[in-house]
Amino acid sequence: MSIAAEPNDLRDDVLNGLQLSTQLERVWRTPSGWMGALMAVDHKVVGRRYIVTAFVFLLLGGILAVLMRVQLAGPEKTFLSADKYNQVFTMHGSTMMFLFAVPVMEAFAVYLVPLMVGTRNIAFPRLNAFSYWMFLFGGCFLWISFLFNVGPDVGWFSYVPLSSLQFTPTKRADVWAQMITFTEVAALAVAVEIVVTVFKLRAPGMTLDRIPLFVWAMLVTAFLVMFAMPSIMVASTSLILDRLVNTRFYDSSSGGHPLLWQHLFWFFGHPEVYIIFIPGTGMVSAILATFARRPVIGYPVVILSLIATGFLSFGLWVHHMFVTGLPQLGAALFTASSMLIAVPSGLQIFCWLATLWDGRPVYRTPLLFVIGFIVIFVLGGLSGVMVASVPIDTQVHDTYFVVAHFHYVLIGGAVFPLIGAVYYWFPKIAGRMLSERLGRWNFWLAFIGFNVAFFPMHILGLIGMPRRVYTYTADMDWAHLNLLSSGGALIFALSFALLLVNVIYSLRKGELAGDNPWDASTLEWATSSPPPPQNFDRIPVVKHRDPLWADSESLPVVAGLSAERREVLLTSLAEAEPQIREASPEPSIWPLLAAIATTIFFIGSIFTPWAVLWGTPPMAVTLIGWFWPTGSKEDEE
Amino acid sequence: MRQTIVRDVSDLPTYGYGPRSGPWWGAMGFMALEGMGFAVAIGAYLYLYAVNPSWPIGASPPDLWPGTVETVIYVLSIIPNEFTNRAAHRQDLAKVRIGLIVMALIGIALLVLRGFEFAHLNTRWDNSAYGSIVWLILGLHTTHLATDLGDTVVLAVLMFTRHAKPRRFSDVTDNVFYWNFVVLAWLPLYVLLDWVPRL
Amino acid sequence: MRVWVRRVLVLCMTWPLAACAGRQSALDPQGPQSGQILHTLFIFLAVAAMVWTAVVIVLGIGMLRRKRSADRPLDLHQAFEERSGRVILALGIATTVIVLGLSLVSYAGQRTVFVKDEKAHTLKIIGHQWWWEVRYEADSPHQSFVTANEIRIPTGQPVKVELESADVIHSFWVPSLTGKMDLIPGQKNELQFTAKNAGVYRGQCAEFCGIQHAHMAFAVIAMSPDEFGRWRDHENQSANSPADQLGKQGEALFRGRGCALCHNISGTLAGGQLGPDLTHIGSRTTIAAGTLPNTPATLGAWIADPQHIKPGNLMPKMPLQSDELIAIIHYLEQLK
Ligand code: HEA
Ligand code: HEA
Ligand code: HEC
Ligand code: CUA
Ligand SMILES: [Cu+2]
Repeated sequence: MSIAAEPNDLRDDVLNGLQLSTQLERVWRTPSGWMGALMAVDHKVVGRRYIVTAFVFLLLGGILAVLMRVQLAGPEKTFLSADKYNQVFTMHGSTMMFLFAVPVMEAFAVYLVPLMVGTRNIAFPRLNAFSYWMFLFGGCFLWISFLFNVGPDVGWFSYVPLSSLQFTPTKRADVWAQMITFTEVAALAVAVEIVVTVFKLRAPGMTLDRIPLFVWAMLVTAFLVMFAMPSIMVASTSLILDRLVNTRFYDSSSGGHPLLWQHLFWFFGHPEVYIIFIPGTGMVSAILATFARRPVIGYPVVILSLIATGFLSFGLWVHHMFVTGLPQLGAALFTASSMLIAVPSGLQIFCWLATLWDGRPVYRTPLLFVIGFIVIFVLGGLSGVMVASVPIDTQVHDTYFVVAHFHYVLIGGAVFPLIGAVYYWFPKIAGRMLSERLGRWNFWLAFIGFNVAFFPMHILGLIGMPRRVYTYTADMDWAHLNLLSSGGALIFALSFALLLVNVIYSLRKGELAGDNPWDASTLEWATSSPPPPQNFDRIPVVKHRDPLWADSESLPVVAGLSAERREVLLTSLAEAEPQIREASPEPSIWPLLAAIATTIFFIGSIFTPWAVLWGTPPMAVTLIGWFWPTGSKEDEE
Repeated sequence: MRQTIVRDVSDLPTYGYGPRSGPWWGAMGFMALEGMGFAVAIGAYLYLYAVNPSWPIGASPPDLWPGTVETVIYVLSIIPNEFTNRAAHRQDLAKVRIGLIVMALIGIALLVLRGFEFAHLNTRWDNSAYGSIVWLILGLHTTHLATDLGDTVVLAVLMFTRHAKPRRFSDVTDNVFYWNFVVLAWLPLYVLLDWVPRL
Repeated sequence: MRVWVRRVLVLCMTWPLAACAGRQSALDPQGPQSGQILHTLFIFLAVAAMVWTAVVIVLGIGMLRRKRSADRPLDLHQAFEERSGRVILALGIATTVIVLGLSLVSYAGQRTVFVKDEKAHTLKIIGHQWWWEVRYEADSPHQSFVTANEIRIPTGQPVKVELESADVIHSFWVPSLTGKMDLIPGQKNELQFTAKNAGVYRGQCAEFCGIQHAHMAFAVIAMSPDEFGRWRDHENQSANSPADQLGKQGEALFRGRGCALCHNISGTLAGGQLGPDLTHIGSRTTIAAGTLPNTPATLGAWIADPQHIKPGNLMPKMPLQSDELIAIIHYLEQLK
């Protein structure tokens, strides 16, 4: 069943050193010019774009947050009208969740996972490019709509019937629902790529118990995406159908039910928060090992915790619906299951604490952010345990207490590790170090600003402030704490401004990084910074969980892959034994064209059901074009 | 960093079948998430079924014949599908061509039957939540049917042109694999759509 | 490093002390339900505070303590690895025990909070964008009446509210009395609470329900059972007929200018159902769902331009001459 390739093609075992590098670079590089840029399928190029775009959305979402904080800084302010405020908080939540937090984590996975498992490109690179374009177009669609005053205004979970045609007759709710479709298509594509990359593209010898924790975290996340997102796809599709062709899914007078929406949304929405958090834990594990100068204690415990968190996260969604009038006993069970997730989260925290306890920590900026993460996330997790209690939740649900909880876990659990990750991997991606001095300022402003901004919200919630109110009166006693919180938010925003300055400055003036500036242990540090288009001149062979620590002098590698066309090495699932030298796709314009066709289809179909008819042929054409063999050598073998 | 070559992989094949190959896992991934989509849709159906005192709402259950005929064809289609699979593994171009044509014809027949099934649901999508969910589920499955048919046709065309190269056989086996998923997904849906309303 | 730890501790420990009880506060319980919830909340808070402090202390010590001297990352002490494995396992088990314990505490609290009392006073509350319809229903229709945005209840007696919605989802929440419960179209929810003392307890819609969600407040006014009985008897009566000429003019204008299309005033021809019942508007303390206190001036401002006061609400601005406005206000003022 196996047909060996022609023996006479150029292999990497006959070339050496610079010769090999230049030859591979020629084969793997992204074509130059703008056309080349549009055709890019290199996971590093796409990953970098993904990261930058997601950070732009953080900036936009953050600016909206600042606008909200200005409006709420004092009672009865008229800085934003009611209508604007509602659009702003919806856009803030949706942007942060769908266009920043999830994509940025996937972006890091797209960039780092292939490097960390020691391969040359992600699995399905064209799908990867397509995914990026879909994400970009979906995000632009949302923001352009917002600028034209058709931004959604029904909250980031868009409850029906408020979002039904009857109560939102404008296109605002459609824009929200279709933005979901865009971003979910993008996320699902990346999830499948990550799973296949981790399953099949690992360097020889990288058995399951040698996979870096970061990669494990991304793998679990990818599975969460695959099993959570279909639910929101069904939900948003049925919402659009209700609005467009009068289906009755959510119409209580025709047998539909508004709570169906909530079940579908939160069945996705709860795993969603772990989709954001679990990659954060992966970043923490990676950074911690490097700067505590020892491997993370309890490697198997951390992995089992990740998997347990993944499973459990599908059994908690009802804790977002405690005040919808559920049967009491049922609700109590969801209390217990919600709190149980403290066990795997706790185990991870304990492993990290032990690592730090035994290590010889080097307090560089990435580690500072990890320590900030522990302090903040644990507090947020514990407030999560509080809201998981039905009686407590009846008071604090839909108040600023919950707003405080989720910013503690989202920002503490994901954004802090993420900023740490930026400081940690920036040298790899850009080839230059970020300034350590600015980094420290960045950290302290963020840590202090964050707590000043969000801690008071716990109290605000307890003293009665509901969320999603555009204003309040002076006699409610909420003014002081709100002012404090707004002040903190400004400091926090400033810390991001510093990060931006640091990035821009260091891109040009930063210290050169070298291959492995932190003396870290995983494979991405075994290649140059930034990595060449082929990632590695020869695919590494892994003999230890921390390959670069086990042997920092020489890298065992395999030889025999083609040096004149794109080839990656497929290995077996568990043992990572080499199996196939598979062709990896060339750059192509078709993913972009397919994304454009899909965009037309998606946007058209919020205006007329006929878009399904006239929108399908272009999509089919672009997809066929995408997969049609090009006649190039590897396609024809 | 210094490199030591410890292994030579030049003898490895450049494509493979089943779990050895990348695309197979890709197909597996998409089936998993699409399967989840079906599961969620079934969940939504059962939720609506549970909260409504009468079911189906204001309609009689779907006529049985289109769904039943389809089910029979789906189950029988496994045979030519497996035939194609084996031919592809043996890289027997002539048989693969026949297999793909038969499968494409079956797909077309099923698509036509699907049209009848929609017409015999005895409810419209905008009648009630019952009508909506039934149309949604059937629509969802029809999309899968149609895309697999499209894939089969494209592959068939490739196999009749100069692109009929060995690695295409691996693509054929993935297509076969996907068809099994389409069949498997249909069986619970058949029970759900045609029999649950008769309970 | 020491400064660092102190900073963290100081920052995080001082804020909770700033807590205070406002007008609408879960920290100011006035009934058994809210009391029970606060009790549960304190238990959780105590556990959470201890866990967090412990974590931060371990983190601090872990950072400050003198480190082993090995300098290659992979020179690990087998003994330490094993010991830490056991400690982690033990802590995992401790966490499990604590959260299961907390689940039981939570469930016990839940049972008390959601206790059902058959003899409770029952009233029905229907949520509208952005006001509350309050229906006191009795066996005989003459004993039933409707009011808005103001819920009067007797002290010391359990009250059951049946919650429904006329449009989108709202949430009924009076923190001093009990936790919240949603009002969902197509579903009937209920909630029971008791007010220990007489007083005015502010409540507010807690589920985002559209543009004026922020201005969907209400008041629960608890009064002694006797007083409550008297109020109820009064409320059962039809509206006062206007006593003077201006009032009569106002009544006519109320119909002539379209107000009656949306508002009901029982005993008159005004029978609209889209807006709040105004039969006894003169005796209510606030208007427009707690947005303004009820005075002739605010009433006038509201009727003259409701969209200015509560932009986007469902009462349109009616074209009224100023003398017409005065007559209408005069009339409504008399509807005590
Ligand atoms: C990164 C995101 C993230 C994470 C990790 C979490 C983690 C948790 N969340 Fe949170 N949550 C959100 C994001 C997140 N949440 C968001 C966005 C919302 C609001 C959505 C909206 O309404 O807009 C929300 C809302 C939300 C609610 C609904 C509140 C409401 O609307 O009324 C609930 C209720 O149960 C809840 C619970 C929990 C629990 C129990 C955890 C647990 O996983 C926490 C576990 C961690 C710890 C407990 C700390 C570490 C453990 C130890 C140190 C061990 C010792 C601990 C004990 C002994 C207890 N969350
Ligand atoms: C990962 C997700 C995430 C992140 C990072 C944030 C970040 C912030 N959020 Fe977010 N928030 C949500 C997710 C997130 N939020 C969600 C899901 C909701 C619920 C929405 C809903 O109810 O539907 C919500 C709701 C929400 C509310 C409640 C609104 C309401 O209910 O009425 C508030 C109020 O203060 C708030 C504030 C902030 C602030 C101040 C920040 C800050 O951390 C932002 C800081 C970042 C920046 C400011 C950008 C970078 C800045 C610069 C580069 C400097 C230059 C710019 C300026 C100085 C302007 N958020
Ligand atoms: C199209 C329907 C409509 C018309 C016409 C209308 N109203 Fe209203 N009215 C409402 C609604 C809806 C509210 C509740 C607004 C809110 O609080 O959000 C309301 C509230 C009020 C209130 C405050 C009631 C309370 O208890 O808070 C008064 C007083 C009032 N209207 C008087 C009038 C008068 C006088 C007119 C005629 C000049 C009028 N309304 C015409 C719909 C209407
Ligand atoms: Cu009604 Cu919010
Ligand atoms: Cu949740």
